[in-house]
Amino acid sequence: MLSRVAEHIYWMGRYVERAENTARLINVNAFLLLDLPKGVAPGWEPLIAITGQEGEFEGRYKDYSERNVVKFLIGDMDNAGSILSALNQARENCRTIRDIVPKATWELLTELNIYARDNLQSGLAKKGRHAYLERIIEGSQLLTGMLGATLSRDEAWSFLRMGRNLERADMTTRIVDVRTANLLPDDTSELRPFETIQWMSVLKSLSSYHMYRRRMQVRVQRGEVLRFLFQDTTFPRSVLHCLQAVQHEVAGLPRNTACRDAISGLQEKVGDTKVERLNQDKLHLYIDQIQLGLSKVHEALASGYFLPLDDARSGSV
Amino acid sequence: MPIDLKQYNTDGLYDELLAKPNRSRSHAKHLVRQLRKMDAADLAERQDAADLAIKEMGVTFTVYTEAGAIDRNWPFDIVPRIIPKSEWDMVAKGLKQRVKALNKFIDDLYHEQKIIKDGVFPAEILADSKNFRPQCVGVNPPLGIWAHICGSDLVRDGNGRLYVLEDNLRVPSGVSYMLENREVTKRVFPELFEDYAPMPVDDYPSQLFDTLCDLSPRKVKHPEIVVLTPGIYNSAYFEHAYLAQQMGCELVEGRDLLVDDKDVVYMRTVSGPKRVDVIYRRIDDEFMDPEAFREDSMLGVPGLLRAWKSGNVALANAPGAGVADDKVVYAFVPEIIEYYLGQKPVIPNVPTYRCMYKEERDYVLDNLDKLVVKPANESGGYGMLMGKSATQKERDQFARLIRRNPRNYIAQPTLSLSTVPTVIHDHLEPRHVDLRPFILSGRKTQVTTGGLTRVALRKGSLVVNSSQGGGSKDTWIVDA
Repeated sequence: MLSRVAEHIYWMGRYVERAENTARLINVNAFLLLDLPKGVAPGWEPLIAITGQEGEFEGRYKDYSERNVVKFLIGDMDNAGSILSALNQARENCRTIRDIVPKATWELLTELNIYARDNLQSGLAKKGRHAYLERIIEGSQLLTGMLGATLSRDEAWSFLRMGRNLERADMTTRIVDVRTANLLPDDTSELRPFETIQWMSVLKSLSSYHMYRRRMQVRVQRGEVLRFLFQDTTFPRSVLHCLQAVQHEVAGLPRNTACRDAISGLQEKVGDTKVERLNQDKLHLYIDQIQLGLSKVHEALASGYFLPLDDARSGSV
Repeated sequence: MPIDLKQYNTDGLYDELLAKPNRSRSHAKHLVRQLRKMDAADLAERQDAADLAIKEMGVTFTVYTEAGAIDRNWPFDIVPRIIPKSEWDMVAKGLKQRVKALNKFIDDLYHEQKIIKDGVFPAEILADSKNFRPQCVGVNPPLGIWAHICGSDLVRDGNGRLYVLEDNLRVPSGVSYMLENREVTKRVFPELFEDYAPMPVDDYPSQLFDTLCDLSPRKVKHPEIVVLTPGIYNSAYFEHAYLAQQMGCELVEGRDLLVDDKDVVYMRTVSGPKRVDVIYRRIDDEFMDPEAFREDSMLGVPGLLRAWKSGNVALANAPGAGVADDKVVYAFVPEIIEYYLGQKPVIPNVPTYRCMYKEERDYVLDNLDKLVVKPANESGGYGMLMGKSATQKERDQFARLIRRNPRNYIAQPTLSLSTVPTVIHDHLEPRHVDLRPFILSGRKTQVTTGGLTRVALRKGSLVVNSSQGGGSKDTWIVDA
């Protein structure tokens, strides 16, 4: 497979996943705010922190009002992480590999882009937002499912799956990071019921609430939620599960030593830590290390399999 | 209300399907009968079905606008154009003859230039040529062929006679639309095939693949063949991707390839560099290799020309092949055929007056109001004089231009292109068409059965380009 093609399909996987996760995030935050009493509710600012774009946001918007944050995350084409940008990027990456992926991939991505653009106003309005975001999530899942059912398990599949899982692992860590560090107020007893609600919102933003209940068999509480979201080996959005998927694909690649090292090191890091015992600061550090590890895996993939950067193009074999 | 062909007004022009209003030509009688059975609503419904099929099949062409690249659906008209096989056999013969002579001509220009020494082709024209590549002098491409894929534009004039209007020897496009048009007709007009067995066209990708294999410098069982595209913003990107897919080859961009210090071409794959034997390049000479041509090209592959000259990779078409498709060279094609093959041309050129010769120039200057004057080194209709519709002042200005630099001008009579019935809303009207068949030259020479018929959808218009309101039709060669 051409390096360029591998790169495009990898990014297509990442961007589709990014659009989906961003949609989840907004939806769950909206519901969470309805459940929390005034004064406790953290508002919309944390969503920008999750995506790590405070600087960019503050440069263009004057406050963290619901309208501004939602606009930035859904419809701002200058924000590379907005749903509209991510879907557009997914489609642009698909454009040059239309001969590699099933035909319906391109059509679905085109439809989803058109839907997202044409219905943007209703997506930004309180009333239409939920339905709009659900449609984005469904569209992304449709695409993921369709590829899962029709794409041959060759290199194209490997790169798609690695892109999707790295992005997913990254988003899971970000959601937990911000929800734990910035959102939760100090542990006072009168707010205990709301803490549960917030942990439920963490689970729900990852569509993991039901799976958590079934798997962990305990009520929603911090330590168990963290173990589930980082280390569960059966839930497809847990960090460890995502890393296993990446490792599985890396194993089938040629010349894979660097990638294998990067991914197995990260797996150990994620799996061997007693997450439930980490206090907020340690947890934040742990998450930082995972994110660093994820970007190392990405770099190993990029330097091993993608096109070299422009200035390094000429030269010998 | 059934379709009424009595109102079909051919205006005295040659129509491909109807000899007169309401009277079909013999090869088209079944088609016309089918059309008469339909009413306005049926016709509109079929056209809608075709438009939908095109959309679903994703047949597009790209238009570049300020808002970015836009994929437009390929415009297609459901009424096929029919050409009798007996006539087509002659056309195919003529096209093979033409391409054979042009290839000998190109090879000669890059070697001994005998045709110039023998006084048949003027040295001045070569000296002025924008598409002659000094970098290619002395190179011997495989099989001595330079233009492996040629698309020649054919037109009929008012009396039905076919002429060659131009030859495209650089990167001719359109063949994918020829193939897709047939698919669409099969989907939306299946009953037409009850009366006709049009010769199939879908062999083309295999023929192209075989032609490219013939050129491989390494004699291996499965040479590595790639299609080189300038990228997604090229108007013909759909076709590049389509052909790569149909042939089962990689579609590559310049940055996917590299040339090593032994002048061998590789593509970058996830398993490491992989050697490439034949490149079907759909990128212009000038942008192909920044080392040899335009330094600022971001689309090319540094060292590609080196690799080609060393014989380590084959390029189709060969760089420099475009020398034979400028307008003044065109005017010499009858002489070129005669010189290399000792034959008369089977298909005539559109009569062309070369202003560099006094007798022809005098005729042009006396008849500016009847002629179209074209400068040699412009394309896309720039700097032309349409004598019929021009003002006296414009004609005077052109007369001065011609006298000052006669070598730069040719003139041709205004052609009234033939027409084919075309769906306009819910009825049929005549619209002008041309035809682009494709000729493949490898170990053998093959001509597509038919070609791409382009149709000017605006009433009276002769402009068939899809970017300017042109459409297309399925083209049938039938044994009638």
